[in-house]
Amino acid sequence: MEIRLNGESRFIDQITKMSVAGLLEMEQVTSPEMVAVQLNGEIVDRGTYHNTMIVDRNEVDFLYFMAGG
Amino acid sequence: MLNLTDEQLKRYSRHIILQDVGPEGQAKLMEAKVLVVGAGGLGSPIALYLAAAGVGTIGIVDADVVEISNLQRQVIHFSSDIQRPKVDSAAEKMRAINPEIEVNSYKLYLDASNIKEIISDYDFVLDGTDNFATKFLVNDACVMAGIPFSHGGILRFDGQTMTVLPGRSACYRCSFRQPPPPEAVPSCSQAGVLGAIAGMLGTIQAAEALKFITGAGILLTDTLLTFDAKIMHFRRVVLKKRSDCPLCGENPTILDLTEIDRATCDLSV
Ligand SMILES: [Zn+2]
Repeated sequence: MEIRLNGESRFIDQITKMSVAGLLEMEQVTSPEMVAVQLNGEIVDRGTYHNTMIVDRNEVDFLYFMAGG
Repeated sequence: MLNLTDEQLKRYSRHIILQDVGPEGQAKLMEAKVLVVGAGGLGSPIALYLAAAGVGTIGIVDADVVEISNLQRQVIHFSSDIQRPKVDSAAEKMRAINPEIEVNSYKLYLDASNIKEIISDYDFVLDGTDNFATKFLVNDACVMAGIPFSHGGILRFDGQTMTVLPGRSACYRCSFRQPPPPEAVPSCSQAGVLGAIAGMLGTIQAAEALKFITGAGILLTDTLLTFDAKIMHFRRVVLKKRSDCPLCGENPTILDLTEIDRATCDLSV
C-alpha cells in the first residue's frame, strides 16, 4: 500500500493495512507518548492505536510534542 | 498622519511604507498590549522584535534569573546579566531599543491562580514557556478568556508554532489533548537545542503577533507550522477545530483551570 506519511509518499510493500501502533513501531518512534497521531485529518485516540487501521492512500501525520522554549 | 510624531515616522518608516501596515497599522501597534510568557529562548527574540516594532505595551513574565547556560540562545540577556531576574534584564534591553514603549514585568510563575488576571490586560499572548504544564495552562486560559495567542515549542533542531483564535480556530488541545506523562518527556541531559532554532521560531511568533495587530496577511490558524532545521525542511500540517476537543469542543470536560504537574524538561538547566 502507499500512504502519505508526514506529507511524503511512503510505499509499504506486501501489506494492505497496518495499525497505527504498527506504523509507529515501523517508523521507530521510541516514545509514542510524545506524538499525537492524525489520520486523514482526525486525531486518533491513544487507546485505539492497536485497532485503528491505516489503509492504502491514507494520510498520516505525526505531531510531536515540543516543550522547549 | 494619525498623530505620529516626526521621530515616530522615521523610527517606523519601514513599517509605514508597507502597504499592509501603513500609518494606521503602526498606530494599532502603538496602542496594542501584548504579553510574552517566558523571557527565554523564544521570549528573547519575541520581546526584542515587539519592542522594536513599537508595540505600545509589552508584558513579560518569567520567575527565573539569568544563568550562564541561558546565553547560548536567550539573546536578550548578556553575560553581565547573570544572576539578574530575567524580566529585569529583558525590560532593560526592550526600553533601550525603544524608549517609547511601556514594559510590564511579572517576576512570577504563571499558574491557575494568577493567569486569568494577568492575561486579561492584553490583546494577544505569546507562549515562550519551556514546559508542558504552562503551555497547556496558557492555551486553556486564553481559550476560556477568548484571547488570541501564539503557541510555540522547540526541541533539538525542531520547532513548531500555531496561532489560535479562540472559538474560531483549532486550539492546542484540539490536537495535543493533554500533556504527555512526565516520564516520557526527554530528560534534561538527553534534550538540548541549537541556539538559533529559538530565534527562528520566536521570530515567526513575533511576526504572527504583528500580523494579528495590524490585520496584515493571513494568520497561522488551523495550521501547525513545523520545521526540522537539520535539513531545513518546513512543513504546514492542516489542523481542525475538533468538536470533541476537551476544551473548545461541543461537550468540554475542562471547565476550569487546574494545576498540571510541572515536572518536565527544563532546557535552561
Ligand atoms: Zn480545542
